[in-house]
Amino acid sequence: MAMKARTFRRHLRESFKSLDRNRWMTLASVSAVTVTLLLVGVFIVLMMNLNKVADDIEKDVEIKVLIDLAADESAVSVLEQKIIETNGVESIQFISNAEELEKMIKGYGDELGLYKQDNPLRHVFYVKASNPQQTATIAKEIGLYDDAYKVIYGEGKIEKLFKVLNTGRNVGLVLIVALFFTAMFLISNTIRITIVARGREIEIMKLVGATRNFVRIPFLFEGMWLGILGAILPMLIMTITYFNLYEFLEPKLEGEFLQLLSVTPFIYQLNGLLLFMGLFIGVWGSFISVQKFIKA
Amino acid sequence: MIIMKKVYKKYPNGVVASNGINIEIKRGEFVFVVGPSGAGKSTFIKMMYREEVPTSGDIIIDDINLATLRNSQVPYLRRKVGVVFQDFKLLPKLNVYENIAFALEVIEESPEQIRKKVNDVLGLVGLTHKSRMFPNELSGGEQQRVSIARSIVNTPKVVIADEPTGNLDPAISWEIMEMLERINARGTTIVMATHNKEIVNTMKHRVIAIEGGLITRDEVGGGYGYES
Ligand SMILES: Nc1ncnc2c1ncn2[C@@H]1O[C@H](COP(=O)(O)OP(=O)(O)O)[C@@H](O)[C@H]1O
Ligand SMILES: [Mg+2]
Repeated sequence: MAMKARTFRRHLRESFKSLDRNRWMTLASVSAVTVTLLLVGVFIVLMMNLNKVADDIEKDVEIKVLIDLAADESAVSVLEQKIIETNGVESIQFISNAEELEKMIKGYGDELGLYKQDNPLRHVFYVKASNPQQTATIAKEIGLYDDAYKVIYGEGKIEKLFKVLNTGRNVGLVLIVALFFTAMFLISNTIRITIVARGREIEIMKLVGATRNFVRIPFLFEGMWLGILGAILPMLIMTITYFNLYEFLEPKLEGEFLQLLSVTPFIYQLNGLLLFMGLFIGVWGSFISVQKFIKA
Repeated sequence: MIIMKKVYKKYPNGVVASNGINIEIKRGEFVFVVGPSGAGKSTFIKMMYREEVPTSGDIIIDDINLATLRNSQVPYLRRKVGVVFQDFKLLPKLNVYENIAFALEVIEESPEQIRKKVNDVLGLVGLTHKSRMFPNELSGGEQQRVSIARSIVNTPKVVIADEPTGNLDPAISWEIMEMLERINARGTTIVMATHNKEIVNTMKHRVIAIEGGLITRDEVGGGYGYES
């Protein structure tokens, strides 16, 4: 059943009237949403940046496979083929011992140049896992192949790193969900109070034949406004803060492995998410209250 | 118009307010429901607009069976049944006109229809000149007239009233009764629970007496039958 435009306007009008009539409760729930979404916003900024750092670190994680000195050219390509066919391997790169030495000379200085005559280094493969968290498993498997003299992947350290990163992500997520429900509970209380205040009106509406939706929709609109109003300040604050933080920190982090997410599109996504959360908290919070009331 | 078959109502606290009621009320009848306090009159009335659902038995109003009516369909039943109460149930912040129009806005009637219908009933209850006044500026009798106007503005087939004169002086009560009589004369069925002996005895309509959740008497043109 499509709602008549007139009825739609009526519901909107009623929702505004109710916000105005219950000013203190309106203020209280808008503040509740504001505080919640601010906290959620901060958590999201922290989490998303942590995530980015984690991703960057993860991307850099690679397995260095030292090739046996005895392996001839065909043995090396057999090994290469085996590594490529290993489950979860994304890429493989062959670096000869000469190239390895060049890298070291660049890093440590020309004194190493004397090793050019009798290169003590081995040829290596650099291997990346398509899922960095599987690095250890893949490394262990490669270690078993013929002609893989030694496998180096930061054993122990990267497992710890992944653990820290995963814990950080989960804690953040739990906190966000908890905040979300707290705000929803607060909104649903406000709406309950506005419903009780209009109990007589609702009773009469039902006596003269108003449908449930007719009774319900103004309150859902009201919840929606509470959520949207509550989201405005957090959106502004997060945008301004993040923009300035980025401007301030980015030059200092230049060249470091630690990088912030760039302002766009991140800030648009964040604002969209905050607005959506406000809306959802508001509408769902009031839905819970109205539903209880209508059933009673 | 209204049929009740073996209607039994037990409240959650164990009180049995209807203990097997059978009744048939024809279109256009005017029926008084009498009986001592706590006899089950209000329960009888409430089941007719489905404020209460019978524990067992059938209630059929205008071919709708209220016992099996889904909750989502209740609003459409309410549009066929006007209700009037002892305490008027007007909205204090709305004026007379708005209180009546409210009943039509809620069922999404068009503005032109609302204007026409509200003005019609305002004339019928004689309150056209007070349409801009608020409930607290009216006497009890006038407030009840507004409430009656609201109950009939949607031209329901039945008007159900639970002690509509319970809060009013005898003289004012008679005004209200005349109004209900006029509405009945237009073909609307009226069921009214009352304690008012004089009204029942004078008006000579059908009288249904309820005691202990049972119909103990049902006579056309009967009297009140109790020492009120
Ligand atoms: N909602 C209710 N819950 C429990 N008991 C009720 C309820 N409404 C009425 N009763 C009981 O049912 C009986 C009939 O009440 P009611 O129908 O209001 O009688 P009347 O209108 O004739 O005075 C009384 O004993 C009353 O206490
Ligand atoms: Mg009663």
